[in-house]
Amino acid sequence: MRVTRTSQAAKVAAIFGALLLIVLIVAPWWAGRADMRLMGEIFLYLALASLWNLMAGYAGLVSVGQQAYVGFGGYMLFALTIFVGFSPVVAIAGAGVLGALISVPVALLIFRLRGAYFAIGTWVIAEVFRLSFAQMSALGGGSGSSLPVKIVRSMADGRAAREALSYWLALGVVVCVILAVYLFLRSRQGLALTAIRDNELAASSLGIDIWRTKFVVYVVASALTAMVGALIFLQKLRISPDAAFSVNDWTAFVIFIVVIGGIGTIEGPIIGTLLFFALRETLADLGTVYLMVLGVVAILVMLRAPKGVWGLIRARFGLELFPLSFHVKQTLDKKGT
Amino acid sequence: MDWVNAIVQGTLLGGLYALFAAGLSLIFGVMRLVNIAHGDLIIFSAYLGLTVVMATGLHPLLALIIAVPAMAAIGYALQRGILNHTLGDDLLPPLLVTFGLSVILQNGLLEVYTADPQKMDAGVLETASFSIGDLQLGVLPVLTFGVAVAVIASLQWVFYRTAMGRAFRAVSDNQEIAQLMGLNRRHIFGLAMALALAVTAVAGILLGIRTSFDPSVGGGRLIFGFEAVIIGGLGNLWGTLAGGVILGVAQTIGAKIDPGWQILAGHIAFLIVLAIRPQGLFPRISG
Repeated sequence: MRVTRTSQAAKVAAIFGALLLIVLIVAPWWAGRADMRLMGEIFLYLALASLWNLMAGYAGLVSVGQQAYVGFGGYMLFALTIFVGFSPVVAIAGAGVLGALISVPVALLIFRLRGAYFAIGTWVIAEVFRLSFAQMSALGGGSGSSLPVKIVRSMADGRAAREALSYWLALGVVVCVILAVYLFLRSRQGLALTAIRDNELAASSLGIDIWRTKFVVYVVASALTAMVGALIFLQKLRISPDAAFSVNDWTAFVIFIVVIGGIGTIEGPIIGTLLFFALRETLADLGTVYLMVLGVVAILVMLRAPKGVWGLIRARFGLELFPLSFHVKQTLDKKGT
Repeated sequence: MDWVNAIVQGTLLGGLYALFAAGLSLIFGVMRLVNIAHGDLIIFSAYLGLTVVMATGLHPLLALIIAVPAMAAIGYALQRGILNHTLGDDLLPPLLVTFGLSVILQNGLLEVYTADPQKMDAGVLETASFSIGDLQLGVLPVLTFGVAVAVIASLQWVFYRTAMGRAFRAVSDNQEIAQLMGLNRRHIFGLAMALALAVTAVAGILLGIRTSFDPSVGGGRLIFGFEAVIIGGLGNLWGTLAGGVILGVAQTIGAKIDPGWQILAGHIAFLIVLAIRPQGLFPRISG
């Protein structure tokens, strides 16, 4: 008998994932401009969904205010490139650092709220961010501002090169986020997190510092969300408080993705993102009706299959593409039996 | 004098916020449910009032006769049909289901009524005012505050003086034992949501007379109500009124300093209370 994490499916998935990654890296040579834009957007939503899932699905931090960090990251990209003179790529990293710094006092405040009240508290924070940035006239106040052409040009020579760079940045961010979530969950901290998710009381009696573990997750997720936000607005080239801190765009859609795909799994957000974009590309012309359909689907999934699509697949086939859980395997070794 | 005026007007505004908050406070007290769609339900009631006014030509305040029972019925059906299935130890289902509901309501209203701001016409009531000393008081804000006090007093009475209130408190304390005593908690929860949405109907119609509204403003109303609940302390209805007043006063004082600071000042007041007294000013139950 031995205890193991890997499985045949996980190995196949790893090889398939590596191949897919290579195909995606060379996309600028085979994909059209519109396809690349769409893929870039898919990557950024997948990154946001994975981060929200880490918070809500593993740390029990259900936030409806992550748009605070998306918008903050976007504004920091503008501020750092325009006023400090950083190149956009450096500014994205800078947005991450500043996002981590600002999330510390925020966490100290809103961690005083429990459960659902925590959720609305995060929304208040996002509103405070939105209203504060709307007061900053240097960044365009309520009407927002555009990224100066000079800064856009400094990224790379020519439009195609710029678009390829911004695509690679999006791909890089999503790969980093998923890897970071995966490695975090496999680590000692991740084990503590899973224990907290399953039973807070039992976890704390085993000596896990619940507050600290959640705090670390919140700060890391906020920093990465700010970096994703910087990238989103590097692609949009224009920012305004309403777009930057939109609860629909950066939180509602992300929640749908995670709920439909399967909360509390790494695979869930991936499936959810693909489903979300498939729905969007087919139904988006319906406008508000499409959003109502999304709402109905999310409610039905939550009531009928709370583990989402991936939860159904896992229950049926016992699949796990990202090996996190431990299995006991029988070995053929005679001495062991 | 300007400052006194700002404080008085803020206090009156706080009455409206207390009405936003009373429903939230009630359902949290009875079943520990936080309804993310609460703000959208307020706006939904405002549209319901508007539709009644347009169809019948009634005065908006008389539209309450139809809107209040209608919202109560919707509340009961919503609770029995959907929300009861989400209650349990897990926090996520009620949160995410009410979030989905919020998106459905918002876009449904957008589809039916478009994004144009609407307002209910209440005739002279909107502009009528009287003066006490140097203070000019609008009849509508004073009426709103009076309604808020009356609503909270009656909720308090229902809670502590009636059989229904006893059932509310019983399921709130211990659902299993309440069931053993012959109470059907699904029905009690339905009644609590009906009562909460009846209050929401009052809040929505008073909001619709006071200011213009459109389908997208529900989230903001939820936040105001929530802030009033937390400032006042969980589970205390009179505390919720005090929370609403503090929020209203903070906003009018903020607006006095700089018009752009109105909403922000309210949020900052909330964050200050959270920093120095996280359990709220007058807590009854722990979260």
